[in-house]
Amino acid sequence: MDKTLASVAEAVSAIHDGATLMIGGFGGSGAPIELIHALIDRFLATGSPKNLTVINNNAGNGRIGIAAMIDAGMVKKMVCSFPRSSDPRAFTDKYLAGEIELELVPQGTLAERIRAGGAGIPAFYTPTGYGTELAEGKVIAEFEGRAYVQERWLKADFAIVKGQLGDTYGNLTYNKAGRNFNPLMCMAAATTIAQVSKIVPAGGIDPEQVVTPGIFVNGVVEVENPQQEEVLIRAGVAHV
Amino acid sequence: MTDTTLNTREDIKLSNAQIAWRAAQDIEDGAYVNLGIGFPEMVARFQPPGRQAIFHTENGILNFGEAPPAGEEDWDLINAGKKAVTLKPGAAFFHHADSFAMVRGGHLDVAILGAYQVAENGDLANWRVGSKGVPAVGGAMDLVHGAKQVFVITEHVTKDGKPKLVEKCTFPLTGVGCITRVYTSHAVIDIRDRRFVVREKLAAMSLEELQAMTGAPLHTDGPVADLTVPAL
Repeated sequence: MDKTLASVAEAVSAIHDGATLMIGGFGGSGAPIELIHALIDRFLATGSPKNLTVINNNAGNGRIGIAAMIDAGMVKKMVCSFPRSSDPRAFTDKYLAGEIELELVPQGTLAERIRAGGAGIPAFYTPTGYGTELAEGKVIAEFEGRAYVQERWLKADFAIVKGQLGDTYGNLTYNKAGRNFNPLMCMAAATTIAQVSKIVPAGGIDPEQVVTPGIFVNGVVEVENPQQEEVLIRAGVAHV
Repeated sequence: MTDTTLNTREDIKLSNAQIAWRAAQDIEDGAYVNLGIGFPEMVARFQPPGRQAIFHTENGILNFGEAPPAGEEDWDLINAGKKAVTLKPGAAFFHHADSFAMVRGGHLDVAILGAYQVAENGDLANWRVGSKGVPAVGGAMDLVHGAKQVFVITEHVTKDGKPKLVEKCTFPLTGVGCITRVYTSHAVIDIRDRRFVVREKLAAMSLEELQAMTGAPLHTDGPVADLTVPAL
């Protein structure tokens, strides 16, 4: 078995129009910038994929990454907890113009919905949001005298994530707090593609150090020196 | 008394640093603490000597520390406010579902948040003030559930002199019945049995003056101590 992919372009080639796409990262930390940009490049060259539903904690920053996807017109809907950033113009303009949908989800509920999707749990109860406008219309139940909100799992057609080390079996490690949503999204997507700084042979990662077991990962592509969203934004880089 | 003549005692109020200092005095050594983005982050600067709290950030770190020097940032190592941080000995990384398990599962000792309004029954409004613009909630609705104590630090009144401690929140709620204590620019107030109970107030003001700038009845169940803080 060898899950290695030759290029970021090949890695994103199966993502189709109308797909639901989980994108790992929290702001720029752990964000797979090269995979996102490869997807944008494909869209600019071919007009596809479009009408994407994108699941991420945020909704892009500046003119790169998810913000550049939104600017390019590839995104129909964002599912996120915090569609703000140091430069949220791309999402804000489209949202206020009614050109992009938003499903706003509390951050911990977003994480747990993704985990549930990956774990085969269709719904769960959480205290988060009870009594607020984000719980309107949802099933409420009482457990041990306290009210909880029923939330549904969240699954995706594809996940693109960023790891540190990957092996040919798809086992992954992460860099520091860059793991954030990435391990959860690996579980919750039908097809998961990881960019990693280095691909090693099977056995090249100590099993004690594996964070995401390869069963959750379909393809691994090496991006040796990945770009950081924060650095690109400070440099004023625009991808579209 | 009308709004225009309401005496909000701006002349004697605590600075934000002093409010943060006062809240920091109630964090025990070894406590697991989440500080909300912005003003609450200031609490970390005022830990009493000999005490070390372990700070949690939603994106997946326990025991992070100060910002690194400029130019030495690792942008995978950030806090929930997306600011670069460093690690202290004994730090740990974890994914987002584990991070919010720590929050909702009752594992944090203290969460400290800002507020637009706090109601006498412990309701909090702190995520949006109306229905305009782009809504963004982040982890606020999660953080108010699960920590053993959920504190608010805030000015006692708004910039235009309106009460922030109220009978019922008029802004969209973050959580119901979740706040246990409020540290303001003028007082320390517990929420007990759906009532505001004054524990400390500035010595230079009377309880009546404090009541006049509060939007719900204040109660006492014992002596009210002087709220004393250092010059900061």
